[in-house]
Amino acid sequence: MAAAARFFIRGANSRLSISGFGTGAQSCFGAALLRLSPGCSSRTKTQRRHASHFTYQPDPVPTQYGPTQKMNLFQSVTSALDNTLASDPTAVIFGEDVAFGGVFRCTVGLRDKYGKDRVFNTPLCEQGIVGFGIGVAVAGATAIAEIQFADYIYPAFDQIVNEAAKYRYRSGNLFDCGNLTIRAPWGCVGHGSLYHSQSPEAFFAHCPGIKVVIPRGPVQAKGLLLSCISDKNPCIFFEPKILYRAAVEQVPVEPYTIPLSQAEVLQEGSDVTLVAWGTQIHVMREVANMAQEKLGVSCEVIDLQTILPWDTETVCKSVVKTGRLLISHEAPITGGFAAEISSTVQEECFLNLEAPISRVCGYDTPFPHIFEPFYIPDKWKCLEAIKRMINY
Amino acid sequence: MNKMYGLCFHAVRQTAGLKSSRLLQRRAFRVSTLHRQQPFDSTLEKPQFPGASAEFVDQLEFIEPNVISGIPVYRVMDRQGNIINPSQDPQLSKETVLNFYQKMTMLNTMDRILYESQRQGRISFYMTNYGEEGTHIGSAAALNPNDLVFGQYREAGVLMYRGFSLDHFMAQCYANADDLGKGRQMPVHYGSKDLNFVTISSPLATQIPQAAGAAYAVKRENSNRAVICYFGEGAASEGDAHAGFNFSATLECPLIFFCRNNGYAISTPTNEQYRGDGIAARGPGYGMLSIRVDGNDVFAVYNATKEARRRAVAENQPFLIEAMTYRIGHHSTSDDSSAYRSVDEVNYWDKQDHPISRLRHYMTARGWWSEDDERSWRKQSRKTVMEAFERAERRLKPNPELLFTDVYQEMTPQLNKQRESLWRHVQQYKEHYPLDLYDK
Repeated sequence: MAAAARFFIRGANSRLSISGFGTGAQSCFGAALLRLSPGCSSRTKTQRRHASHFTYQPDPVPTQYGPTQKMNLFQSVTSALDNTLASDPTAVIFGEDVAFGGVFRCTVGLRDKYGKDRVFNTPLCEQGIVGFGIGVAVAGATAIAEIQFADYIYPAFDQIVNEAAKYRYRSGNLFDCGNLTIRAPWGCVGHGSLYHSQSPEAFFAHCPGIKVVIPRGPVQAKGLLLSCISDKNPCIFFEPKILYRAAVEQVPVEPYTIPLSQAEVLQEGSDVTLVAWGTQIHVMREVANMAQEKLGVSCEVIDLQTILPWDTETVCKSVVKTGRLLISHEAPITGGFAAEISSTVQEECFLNLEAPISRVCGYDTPFPHIFEPFYIPDKWKCLEAIKRMINY
Repeated sequence: MNKMYGLCFHAVRQTAGLKSSRLLQRRAFRVSTLHRQQPFDSTLEKPQFPGASAEFVDQLEFIEPNVISGIPVYRVMDRQGNIINPSQDPQLSKETVLNFYQKMTMLNTMDRILYESQRQGRISFYMTNYGEEGTHIGSAAALNPNDLVFGQYREAGVLMYRGFSLDHFMAQCYANADDLGKGRQMPVHYGSKDLNFVTISSPLATQIPQAAGAAYAVKRENSNRAVICYFGEGAASEGDAHAGFNFSATLECPLIFFCRNNGYAISTPTNEQYRGDGIAARGPGYGMLSIRVDGNDVFAVYNATKEARRRAVAENQPFLIEAMTYRIGHHSTSDDSSAYRSVDEVNYWDKQDHPISRLRHYMTARGWWSEDDERSWRKQSRKTVMEAFERAERRLKPNPELLFTDVYQEMTPQLNKQRESLWRHVQQYKEHYPLDLYDK
């Protein structure tokens, strides 16, 4: 599992390419391509690998939390972890390869700053990482566990679903693991294929007792992660890995929290409600602009942020106003979280609906490698769905 | 431990037919952990692989699986309750030993009554502890009261030793309004915050990596606490057991793994559960100190747990205790063990090698316990259990409101909505719901 993960990281990131396969592979895959073929073939390759399916829109600089600093998403995660280790002496951070800074660099420098008993590697075993984290939390300390990729969280499924989620309930509130937060890189990345691209939030959305949170950018990532860590329930925090470097914002240096289970209306509109989370928010923002320009349609964009327990009120209020709803996520459509939102909204807003609720999601296939541009719910598919709703 | 290594050498010599004893010494499978990787030194004619350190050999030879085999069973008393080696006598006071005995027999009495009550349909399910009383009481007595216990499900004696009342046991089994777990779990899923006994859950072995995490947190508190984790030899086959062993060894956790090897995982006998020498043989593979004890000898269990606890806390490392015992009862009330084992086999353990009778022999030999004591204690304990039983049966079930609380620390809007919807429905269809049995 981790072997695959490491391969992926080294392929994707020349800076991390400390060793390859055999002696000749030291030079980075991408750089070698550029050198070998300056013509059009390299252009198409690099386009596929570097041109993303969305344009990142930074959030406005927050003013309410003190001085800010330019950070990308992984740095804002590091900043949140740094704040936590500084303020909570019981807090520990652990997982595969976190000691040297993590394969996505989210824990860089923390071991040196806080000691090796607080930021440490575990053996390569996801069920062990989560089980261990639950135990740390049950004993009263703060546990922040890293699963190297959301795609590899399944060995820990039993520990999350049968243990973490049910600890408080089954003990009659005698014991709980509310101090546990599980972080995992999540979502498509352009070249991640089946096992470095998944968005498994819907699996966990079916599990009362845990919270599932996904940020859209660095400012949200820090505030929401700090909320997860201080929340008295076990939380899963999925980090859109395509944004680790691509998303850069002015992020407050001091700790701050953004409330869980509260969706955010990013753009007000009157004709269609667009609901998404994580990376897909940036697709939706672009779609909203396109709909305005090309169709004269006014879209309201909502970032759900917390998948479980989710903010039905904000979504339903918006649909009552617009009468149309488009939900979009990268995960396969069948049984995806869009289905849950859709079902709730039709129950609550049936008479307000002007068109059937639309879902633009991943297909019911594994996440395909070279076919990613066709698989993802991109802006053109979303725009088409809006057209159909308007013309219904 | 030395004795065990001796056996290992012997096994290698016999099976592999090696001539050079020097080679044997080199190949002695260093059980001691390598805490850090070898510094790289290219001038040495030794393997420099980061993952192992030993010597090169030029003979093709596989390691025999029985290199670690025939791990001896530590005991203090023989089957008649005589101390074998006086240096191993824990020298417990009469009061302490009487308390051991009373707890073991009280557990036995409670089991009989609750087992029967399930048979009569009064409670939904039960699991007896017959035959394993020695493992519970011996280990519980060796711990400090603030050591955290992660149990599997057949460790009621540990809780009883710590002072969990019969009323609490009964309330849990009846899922009545006094159940500390608020009536949410099947019988025998006990838990007590005050007694540092983490609530039992049904999935097997999930508690093992959790115990490692708790032990790690306890170590960082520097509070002279240890964690003990109970499980059966069947649960030791789960992936979570491997995770827990490996994490606690690498992360240096003050943790005692206490395996109750009772011969059966429901119906599956040990020879279909593993191929090596039991669970203790796995310890060295994880770099963990391990011992096998006679689980029907309460003093052997006590000594082993006491020493493991002392060293676990002093040295910050995990210990593995494999207590050999026998599950005399059926797996649970949903099981009939006559389908997979003989009555004669069960009878042997019940009559010839029972932890309770062994301790009684010991007490009788010292003049601490007479036939009269036995008779009046049996009568008294049965009466106490029956009284608690009747109190529990009379009690109402918990308020149905508790169906919705504690899912999250706070009530969520969704749950509130569902709760209100249930109440509206129940008001409308009152006659179809057993409201009168529940607390208001």
